Amino acid sequence: MRVVIAEDHALLRDGLTRILQAFDFEVVAVVGRGPDVLPALLDHKPDVAVLDVRLPPTFTDEGLQAANEVRRRAPGLPILVLSQHVEPLYARELLSDRRGGVGYLLKDRVSDVAQFIDAVRQVAGGGTVMDPEVVAQLLDRSRPLDVLTPREREVLGEMAAGRSNAAIASRLFVTEKAVSKHINNIFTKLGLPPSEDDNRRVLAVLAYLDS
Amino acid sequence: MRGVETRDWLRDGLRAVGSGLLSIVLAILNIPLFVLFVVSLVLTPVLGLGLAAVPAVTALIRARAELARRLATRSGVSIARPYRPRPERMAPIGWRRYKWIITDPATWRDFAWLLPGAISGLVLGILTLALPAYGIEGIVLLPLWLYLGTDWYGYGVIWPIGSVAEGFLSLPQGIVFLALGLAVAPYVPKVEFLFARLFLAPTRAAELRLRVTQLTVTRADTVDAQAAELRRIERDLHDGAQARLVSLGMTIGLAEELVERDPRAARKLLAEARETSSTALVELRHLVRGIHPPVLAERGLDGAVRALALTVRIPTTIDSDLTGRLETPVESAAYFAIAEALTNVQRHSGATVAYVSIHRVGEALRIEVGDDGHGGADAARGTGLVGMERRLAAFDGTMTVSSPPGGPTIVTMELPCVLSSPRTMLSSGTD
Repeated sequence: MRVVIAEDHALLRDGLTRILQAFDFEVVAVVGRGPDVLPALLDHKPDVAVLDVRLPPTFTDEGLQAANEVRRRAPGLPILVLSQHVEPLYARELLSDRRGGVGYLLKDRVSDVAQFIDAVRQVAGGGTVMDPEVVAQLLDRSRPLDVLTPREREVLGEMAAGRSNAAIASRLFVTEKAVSKHINNIFTKLGLPPSEDDNRRVLAVLAYLDS
Repeated sequence: MRGVETRDWLRDGLRAVGSGLLSIVLAILNIPLFVLFVVSLVLTPVLGLGLAAVPAVTALIRARAELARRLATRSGVSIARPYRPRPERMAPIGWRRYKWIITDPATWRDFAWLLPGAISGLVLGILTLALPAYGIEGIVLLPLWLYLGTDWYGYGVIWPIGSVAEGFLSLPQGIVFLALGLAVAPYVPKVEFLFARLFLAPTRAAELRLRVTQLTVTRADTVDAQAAELRRIERDLHDGAQARLVSLGMTIGLAEELVERDPRAARKLLAEARETSSTALVELRHLVRGIHPPVLAERGLDGAVRALALTVRIPTTIDSDLTGRLETPVESAAYFAIAEALTNVQRHSGATVAYVSIHRVGEALRIEVGDDGHGGADAARGTGLVGMERRLAAFDGTMTVSSPPGGPTIVTMELPCVLSSPRTMLSSGTD
């Protein structure tokens, strides 16, 4: 799989490159400045891009701007955005085209290499991966979620993080059947149309949380 | 609609006539104050009686002058308090107090105002009353004169009244006088207070002195707050991230030692190390958010407040017309003030919705944070509100809280967009 990386810190850039290469990703371009991101993505049309939010020269949100712009110009190009902090506001912007193939994670998550690689693959495959922190922040303030049981909220968080039923089941030490029952309950309680597609499911939940 | 306007006009006029009466009473009050002050001054060499008398009389004069300033402000002529701040630890009677009062130019300016103020108050007060009174006389007393048939009397331009027809002419004249009196009355106090301002407003020097005092206080507050903040950050780093990095190094070192002898244990240690590193990151992130939220650096005040609203438990609407970026310190002060206000809304108001509005008004930033809660917030009691006020004061910002019992609560903050003081420190760009 071909990857473009945008990250300005040399240490992190090398670390990311090394990790991705170790898992047989082909790193086709590494850029360190905001204005270089868009051309690199449009030129290489990678299978997935890993972008840092804050890049030179202004050190604001160039990476995110580039991500939003490239999604306009090359719809559906899978992008995983990394940051030192997560904001539901940014998540909302990334998800606004409702196409999937989007990830938004804290940089800390890279240290769990297996899970990080899993997330990259999921995004490349058109899935949606949100950092648990985003989900936690949204869960924390959404009032209607009071109707959910603690277990259901837990499942909801796992689901928004882009995990499949099987993955959720193994993480929560329950059967897959129990998970799908919880998920059905969640969808019923929140009044969302049921869906089998993992990605649609995540988007529906996030859209709901963000409303 | 016309009826309402007429009533307003009438009400304003009547109220102004009333204030003319007040102005006469107050003007008369000036005269004994003047006499008392002169007497107390004269008494100073006599047994030092003035040491007690002058401050006492000055207190009365200041109360009178403050009343004039307040009334002036109410009628749209703002007059600032000119007095020097009280020295600390001052005995109620004594040389220090005497000196504080005698050396304050404002004392003498107040004194200088007493007589001219009395005259202007009397003249203008009488004018306010006399014109409508004369008008009423023309209207009401007409039948009386007709009945009495006094040929030596006159009214307005007709003098003396020679016939019944001429007598009836006093009626429209009276109406004109009354109307004129009522129309002019609201503007009379303004004239009086503009005159009073010549004496009662601080001189340029006094204004500067007051400004210096205010700056000294706010600077001390700012320096204190900053030092406390740095101390907190130091402690957080020392006990948090720094300690965790030390432990991280130790764990990894141990794993290195064990990697050949006991790979399983080494693996466990490495997992532990990773755990420690994420905890350190969580702590650092928390700390950074408290120093300068990253979203503020990335998106400016507008974006940061929108991001904040998404994490507040109460649905909050943002209404902002900000374009471009503000100066970093202003942005940061405004952000933390809004964050604090929204935290208060969440914690105390019992509100179901809240709003934040941010607008530029001239050179100032006007921020309003409101909710539909039960009100009763008190700026004097809540420590959070006091802290907000102090932080804003460092920028010459102000905060007012309106929170009647039953709500709604509205916190209004204003701060200059451009820092007036020339910056003496080179500030580096944010990274």
